[in-house]
Amino acid sequence: MQDRSAARSAFLEGVLAQLPILLGVVPFGVIFGALARSAGIPPVEAQGFSILIFAGSAQFIAAGLVAEATPAAVVVLTILVVNLRHMLYSATMAPYFQSLPTRWKIALAWLLTDEAFAVGSLHYRRTQGPARHWFFLGTGLTLWGSWQVSTLVGIALGAWIPGSWMLDFALPLTFMALLIPALDGRPTQASALAAAAFSIALTGLPYRLGLLLAALLAVGVGVALEQIRPPGERTSG
Amino acid sequence: MSSRELWVILIGGLLVTYATRLSFIAFLPPERMPGWFRRGLRYVPPAVLAALIIPELLMPAGSFDLSLGNERLLAGALAWLVAWRTHSTWLTIAVGMLSLWFLSQP
Repeated sequence: MQDRSAARSAFLEGVLAQLPILLGVVPFGVIFGALARSAGIPPVEAQGFSILIFAGSAQFIAAGLVAEATPAAVVVLTILVVNLRHMLYSATMAPYFQSLPTRWKIALAWLLTDEAFAVGSLHYRRTQGPARHWFFLGTGLTLWGSWQVSTLVGIALGAWIPGSWMLDFALPLTFMALLIPALDGRPTQASALAAAAFSIALTGLPYRLGLLLAALLAVGVGVALEQIRPPGERTSG
Repeated sequence: MSSRELWVILIGGLLVTYATRLSFIAFLPPERMPGWFRRGLRYVPPAVLAALIIPELLMPAGSFDLSLGNERLLAGALAWLVAWRTHSTWLTIAVGMLSLWFLSQP
């Protein structure tokens, strides 16, 4: 069947697109597993963080708070604040997911992490076609699976991974490889530049609020620049 | 911390995280979003990526560092060139990591 093979190839394409990102994600999962154990979280609950919450930065911050015996309500509130940026991702994906059945929305929203958003939203921005949700599913499930396995490895290995490998640097590098081809058009370039500047200016803010605010301000810059350009030059969409 | 408290965190964390991800996808149909809002969404992916990358390069130790002693900035600049010329994710990561390891040798 045509549809099924289109779905399968889109799914595989999504899996493949996520593979390079795993170079950045897997070390983080391992480090989280090790960190959770050293914060005094038992193995099952440590894995539970990755299975249930599935959000890197929030998990790290939560594990840190648990180590300091912070009240549970405060930890949950902190997780909420750290993950507020997902609302921005949700708003960006909503028009793309609009015509999908509810079960798809429930599944794809579940997989909406930083990395799935980075790969998935750029795919939607670049391509057309009816099978793109399969791409997102493939990319999201690959990420979820490797997050579970890498957390498990971290729980088992503990603090064995040497910090001198600096594997955390692989993540900004993968984001860079995603960003540069997406810098199409002056307003987008100016907006990304503004995001860079605001992200530096706002690093003092706690709970990754700087990222959320920098992105919002930069989007404003992009929209404003789009407005002041002559209508003939304006890009649609 | 007790196991009960940990499970409150796990279930609470699950609910609040999923709520943020589901928010617009499930509860605010795009046709109810104003036009400027929808136009703005185009800029979100590049803006988020830039805001994730740049602090890692310019403030690796938490404070602003534009010096030649900042290996992550130099390695990142090389990787940037590679990404720009090749559009290859693998090459970008390889060049970036190898440069960082090379530059960090004592």
